Amino acid sequence: MRLAEHCYRSLNAIRGPLVFVEHVFAARIGETVTLVAPDGQRLEGEVLKIDTEQVLIQVFGETSGLDLERTSVTFHDAVKRAPLSRHCLGRVFNGSFLPIDGAPMYIPERWEAVSGAPINPVAREFPREIIETGISAIDGLNSLIKGQKLPIFSCAGLPAQELVARILSQARLPGTGEFVVVFVALGLSYHEYSFFQQTLEQMPSRFVAFFNLAGEPVVERLLAPRLGLTVAEDLAFNHQMDVLVIVSDMTNYCDALREISTSREELPGRRGYPGYMYSDLASLYERAGRLRDRPGSVTLLPILTMPEDDITHPIPDLTGYITEGQIVLSRELQQKEIFPPIDVLPCLSRLMQHGIGAGQTRADHRQIANLLYQSYAKGRELRKLEAVVGKEGLLEEDRVILTMADDFERSFVHQGAERRDIMQTLDLGLALLQKYNLVPP
Amino acid sequence: MKGVVTSISGATVSVDIRGLQLYDRVYIGHARLSGEVVHLEKERTTVQVFEDTHGLSVGEPAEGTRAPLTVALGPGLLGGIFDGLQRPLLELQKQSGAFIKNSVELPSLDLQREWQFTPAKQTGEAVVSGELIGFVTEGHLQHPLFASQSGEIESISQGAIRLDGALATLTDGTQLCGWQNCSVRRPRVCGRRQPATTPLLTGQRAIDFLFPMIKGGVAIIPGGFGTGKTVLEQSIAKFADTDVVVYVGCGERGNEMAGLLREFGELRDAGGRPLLERTIIIANTSNMPVAARESSIYTAVTMAEYYRDMGYDVLFLADSLSRWAEALREISSSLEEIPGEEGYPTYLSSRIAAFIERAGVVETPTGKPGSLSMVLAVSPPGSDFSEPVTQACLRAAGAFYMLDTTLAHSRHFPAIDWSQSYSLFAKQCSAFFREEIHPNWQDLQRRCRDILQQEEALREVVEVVGMEGLQDRDRLLIFAAERVRRDFLCQNSFSADAFSTPEQTAQRISSILENHAQAVKRLEQGELLSDILKGSC
Repeated sequence: MRLAEHCYRSLNAIRGPLVFVEHVFAARIGETVTLVAPDGQRLEGEVLKIDTEQVLIQVFGETSGLDLERTSVTFHDAVKRAPLSRHCLGRVFNGSFLPIDGAPMYIPERWEAVSGAPINPVAREFPREIIETGISAIDGLNSLIKGQKLPIFSCAGLPAQELVARILSQARLPGTGEFVVVFVALGLSYHEYSFFQQTLEQMPSRFVAFFNLAGEPVVERLLAPRLGLTVAEDLAFNHQMDVLVIVSDMTNYCDALREISTSREELPGRRGYPGYMYSDLASLYERAGRLRDRPGSVTLLPILTMPEDDITHPIPDLTGYITEGQIVLSRELQQKEIFPPIDVLPCLSRLMQHGIGAGQTRADHRQIANLLYQSYAKGRELRKLEAVVGKEGLLEEDRVILTMADDFERSFVHQGAERRDIMQTLDLGLALLQKYNLVPP
Repeated sequence: MKGVVTSISGATVSVDIRGLQLYDRVYIGHARLSGEVVHLEKERTTVQVFEDTHGLSVGEPAEGTRAPLTVALGPGLLGGIFDGLQRPLLELQKQSGAFIKNSVELPSLDLQREWQFTPAKQTGEAVVSGELIGFVTEGHLQHPLFASQSGEIESISQGAIRLDGALATLTDGTQLCGWQNCSVRRPRVCGRRQPATTPLLTGQRAIDFLFPMIKGGVAIIPGGFGTGKTVLEQSIAKFADTDVVVYVGCGERGNEMAGLLREFGELRDAGGRPLLERTIIIANTSNMPVAARESSIYTAVTMAEYYRDMGYDVLFLADSLSRWAEALREISSSLEEIPGEEGYPTYLSSRIAAFIERAGVVETPTGKPGSLSMVLAVSPPGSDFSEPVTQACLRAAGAFYMLDTTLAHSRHFPAIDWSQSYSLFAKQCSAFFREEIHPNWQDLQRRCRDILQQEEALREVVEVVGMEGLQDRDRLLIFAAERVRRDFLCQNSFSADAFSTPEQTAQRISSILENHAQAVKRLEQGELLSDILKGSC
């Protein structure tokens, strides 16, 4: 064990966000370091790899001011930890946990390692209580459950950020009122940033926000979600809160991962993303959950943009394999001016069936959801057929389904600025089914 | 054998200990993280660590053990929940809380637990190594215990025994124990192999009827995300007619494992016992260290082989093998090996083939043959079945249940694609089904396939001319095919219909086919289509 901090000036190479230091005595994997540039600028970093000759450091920040001769590196003999306290509520931080809302930093109650530890599967409580997002297409057909991880798959140009803002300000547990939202923004443009700032200003101070803007260091994008999740775990399991963590946009996270991996000269996998991306994403997503015999929960809602609208791209693909379902936005619905443009067909919430029904939402929830889904799916099938054979070639009952599908999009999925609670959503769904005589006797 | 850590990169650590063998277990650092030797060079030994290396430093001590990664085998495994290194997770929770911490060493078997032992040998009798010396009762099973040494018995216990004591003492002073350590990487030595002949009934109509599985065979279930791999695997784990089920959650979701544990604790088998009592669960969630994920399927299959060698039918389920292959890829790339296709190491297919070879039917010392069957889920990236893991599995497995995304999107579950899937075991199983279940089993199968195939062709016509453009006879066929799909192939895993006995399966399909035949006859006799359809709706 080393007791003192060590300082070195033996930099060997700087490659993008990576710095190599020679002749370091007993560095630790994951140890935090501080780099001081010749102009006095201070940067944080973390030890990634240790060889006999040199140590590889990943720098959180812009490495452009560093040189080999005059830059000093201090090793702190501790892994990266996050300052935790209830007082983080209502605060806004940057990707390195520095406050950017003008107020001073609070005094932390404790520090906890940001990498987290896996939850023992036998200690997990199975998620089975719904979170009401106020969006019919989610609450009614793909319910979000406390402790679930449910991503939103968006495409470039779709109003994903508006949807996020709506969920951010409207989500609540039915009955018990509000709960806490941790919002992590990665690689945001200034335009989006100011939009979210306005949203947060109008919210009561039941949130914690981390902002990493597009111009800010790439490595912070790898750090910020871990900070957010560490804070969320603390609020959930030490302060008994129900926490919803929203991370937007995971595509920027994965691109940052690829960038770092390439500068480490690692072998690239599919589309240049590193082979360990599945494990890396899992180390974030799997932190959602609930614990047995303990109140509090961490629910995760990551948002990602599918490059080229391709759902088989590694980012949505690996995400889908880890998360418990997905909400998919569609360009076609956006063109029909439907908001939110959620295409319910490829959507899925794996935990939904345990969180709905009598005693939880309403006894007929499952039936309404199934009938709506089946009829709409049939309607979409028929639309293709109609394009070929025309309306005349269709059976009478098929024509009804076709009209119903249009109505479903316009009146159920589309809700504009309205917030619908779960009962309103179910009533609306039932009314729609009754209108077209689709409820079995 | 001691030394120090010389370099660290993630979970790959180099130490300067000499004289180790490949796959020897090594303890790293002050925290004694466990790992195994993966590369040997003259000057350095590379160790893959099974735990999180955060905070590890160069210069910390390392200790080699000269023993490979082993699992403890003995009474008490059934109903157990372990991680990839066979640490009991319930015990781990008691010791270190809800979050898993590093380097906790726990015995996998409860050595203090009492068992009722019935000896099969008497004092003065000679035993040969591997011969039966007695039984304990474990849950619903007779758990035979075998001698580990040859000799003459001086004394043998009867009644209450504990695993930390001796079952019997030989005249030369050797004590025979009720448990053993067994290396996981090598298949357990077993008796002569036998051909597989008995079907493995899963209770899933689409599998039992169209693509039967056999005891001792291997089936793979590839499917993109959301196609219901896990639900299908778990349904099979619940209802399969085997004595023991070993379920590995390999790099999958923690919430899923929690759901599985809860459900298996509540559900009862035909004899009224909780399902958990015949099940061993290995839970290695996706955020646990990669090297432990790689070892988890070996840990699990060794436990499965242990019960097979007692003459039981064991079913091994892994969800998913792709995660294991990816762990292999991660380890391979951290060792800087030359990558093959899609970055996977070139030994991927031979490892998969060698692993799958561990399934089969063998002779056992109890006189009964034991079988080990495998059902392996595969998660092809982007639902692209041409990827290396699916292809390597296809070459080695005997049954292929392809899950289709389109079927899953239309909520057809299990989403087994009937035109692409196959089973090479159909022939071996046919005699059983014909003699035991239904004399016309094969005929029903043929007629069912026929309807589904004809429907596919007709659907293409419908896409051009619409339903109205079809002849009445063809519309009847489409109607029958819809019924086969909706009422026969679809099976809701969360309802009373989750399990279907082969008799029920045969009865259901024959009534659908019979209805169709009747309808065709009525049409030929000049009845109107709308009247026929009205009656059978």
